[in-house]
Amino acid sequence: MLAYTLKRLLAGLVTVFFIATATFAAMHAVPGDPLMSGKARSAEIRRNLRVRYGLDKPVLVQYGVFLGNMAKGDFGISFTQQNRSVNDIIREHFKVSAVLGLVALAFATAGGILLGAVTARFRGRLADRSILFLVVLGISVPSFVFAALGQQVVLALNRWAGTTVLPVAGWGTVRHLLLPALALGLGTLAFLTRLMRSSLLEVVHQDWVRTARAKGLPPWRIFWSHQLRNAILPVVTLLGPALAAITTGGFVVESVFAIPGLGRYFVQAVQQLDYTVIMGLTVFYGAFLAFMVIVVDILYGFVDPRIRVAKEAA
Amino acid sequence: MSLPALSPGDFAPLSRGEVARGPSRPSLSYWRDAWLRLRRNRQALASLAVIALLLLATLLGPLAWRVDPGQTAMARTSERPRGWAALTVLAPLAPYQEVVVEPPPAAPAGAPLRAPEGLRLLGPATVEAVRLRWEPVPGAKGYLVYRSTSRPGGDYLGLPLGEVEGGNLVSFEDAFNLEPATWWYSVVAKDGAEGPPATLRVAVPAGIPLVEARTLDPAARPGDAVARPWRPLGTDALGRDILARLLSGGRISLFIGFTAPLLSILIGVLIGGVAGYFGGRLDQWLMRITDFVMALPFLLFMILFRVALGVGPGESGVGPMLVAMILLSWTGAARLTRGQVLQLREAEFVQAARLLGARPRYLLLRHLLPNTLGVILVSLTFAIPSAIFTEAFLSFIGMGVVPPTASWGSMCNDGIKTFLVYPHEFIAPAAIISVTVLAFNLLGDGLRDALDPRLRSVE
Repeated sequence: MLAYTLKRLLAGLVTVFFIATATFAAMHAVPGDPLMSGKARSAEIRRNLRVRYGLDKPVLVQYGVFLGNMAKGDFGISFTQQNRSVNDIIREHFKVSAVLGLVALAFATAGGILLGAVTARFRGRLADRSILFLVVLGISVPSFVFAALGQQVVLALNRWAGTTVLPVAGWGTVRHLLLPALALGLGTLAFLTRLMRSSLLEVVHQDWVRTARAKGLPPWRIFWSHQLRNAILPVVTLLGPALAAITTGGFVVESVFAIPGLGRYFVQAVQQLDYTVIMGLTVFYGAFLAFMVIVVDILYGFVDPRIRVAKEAA
Repeated sequence: MSLPALSPGDFAPLSRGEVARGPSRPSLSYWRDAWLRLRRNRQALASLAVIALLLLATLLGPLAWRVDPGQTAMARTSERPRGWAALTVLAPLAPYQEVVVEPPPAAPAGAPLRAPEGLRLLGPATVEAVRLRWEPVPGAKGYLVYRSTSRPGGDYLGLPLGEVEGGNLVSFEDAFNLEPATWWYSVVAKDGAEGPPATLRVAVPAGIPLVEARTLDPAARPGDAVARPWRPLGTDALGRDILARLLSGGRISLFIGFTAPLLSILIGVLIGGVAGYFGGRLDQWLMRITDFVMALPFLLFMILFRVALGVGPGESGVGPMLVAMILLSWTGAARLTRGQVLQLREAEFVQAARLLGARPRYLLLRHLLPNTLGVILVSLTFAIPSAIFTEAFLSFIGMGVVPPTASWGSMCNDGIKTFLVYPHEFIAPAAIISVTVLAFNLLGDGLRDALDPRLRSVE
């Protein structure tokens, strides 16, 4: 298990290196010079700035410096915000995105497993069909639509109640978290429900389920420890991609709800062409997602003994 | 069941070479079978119809609905969707005169302000102006006027329209973007703090100001019926026709939605096919590249490429968006094709063909490609809605198609700003994105069931 973990971590590092390289290459393909459009009008100031940011050196040297700094965990200084390092931005705003993302993910997974189980249990009946309809709707409606409609509903609710039942935007309390997390998680929830349903339906007719029934286990026991436990595995594998979807979905939801998260910062940095922030956040996000996929893979080994054995043998 | 008439000849043995018995049913080709299966799936058929309709509407719609999607009309901003109707031309508005009364008696010190009494209309309420009049409130230093689209509840009185300075000024004229609808006006006395509101419900009938009517019909007189150019889905914040924008925006959204998946799947099939067919070192390298591209966070790099390809903020760049999408999304198809080709390469019928001396070209075109086509077609139907989604998502955060160019995503971006007041500007593009994606998803489900028995969903 340890060897496997190390191997995966090493592969993850290679991935992050690739992401950093691609980011660097993409940003250096940008025509022009990041300092051209700024306030640095005189040639002298511009030259000084170029030296300050290392832009006077050959590209390969810059690449080396960039990789070295990344390895040290130093993402540089923002181009547009004075005296603010990218690390500061990440430190301050990642928490917000992480809390929002985790709540959304938890909501999506728990809801997906639950709804999937309900649909599989009542297959073909009204509950199944109505949930499936909602699921297809959930997959087809963009998260920003959920966000906007949610705001409208809450506004109506607030007006009806005469007080602020739920805040419509902003950040700070648990109540601020509810609506954005819902909007963010709904798409993933729909997706996971579908997955859970089909994997449960596959499990239902397996031999071991029949055996369990034959030896007289109570139905809830069969469902809980024989069907659910096995059917949940595909859901676990897809947690990594689900997390990626939620992370990027955060860009939109954070800007709709005016939440000071990292996603909103990234969008803002792109709009202002803040090169260091764009590069830093891309590499950070890439590393984060790569790492989370590894965590999920290792977690998978714990959930599924067969895979653990196979990995140890390998 | 009756027996057919038999003759002794029926029992004579057949000669050698004569087919003893034909196939029990006419043989069905793969595609014919798939079509028959799809035809039985009502959801998929309906989706197919919706998609055909959407394509038709976006291709031919702008020819039929000849309204310039870019034409702004500041006199008609944020109009709600409405049926076609001729409007009565309004009589010219009498000049507005403020109503000034004797200064109200000073209130006893410390007493709270009362709500204004006798709030009423001054003259008729028209889309040109609503004039209000109320009785002075003792102790008031002035009044605040609010307007709401629904009956005010709680603290919220609606849009603050303006302020009247002076307790003896007891009238107000509202000429701000009035629409034929029911409005609730609230007037509040103020003397530093605000008193309780008096609310009046005002129904504004439809009508058209004489000046505007004359631009449409120079001979128009008050009382005539004159029709404005029809805006079935209303107008946006700049007075542009939402229907025309949906149609022209659909061209961009669907163009991206079709072109990007088609090209990226084509590239993916080529790369995956080559990797799977030739195998060995080449396969390893190609798959390593695929893994690497797959590891890139998709949306982040979509945005990064946009910057890298020199599209500044506020520029539209449909081309760069396409390039970035294709560069980043061929990997799924490549893996899928490679897997299929690897499997098929070892299949008995392919080996038999090879033994019989078939050339690679023949193998590829006759055996490998047709047998992978079903799976690829299914992945294409699922790639289209996700490309439409990506476009909408990017445009929504201002990283894709940017206003004034219309695409469904950029229209959502425009509409969300005024969503709380004029929801129709957001709902129209959001609904059409959702319907399109829904149709493609349902069609994809149907196609998967029809084309690929192995992937058939558990139903």
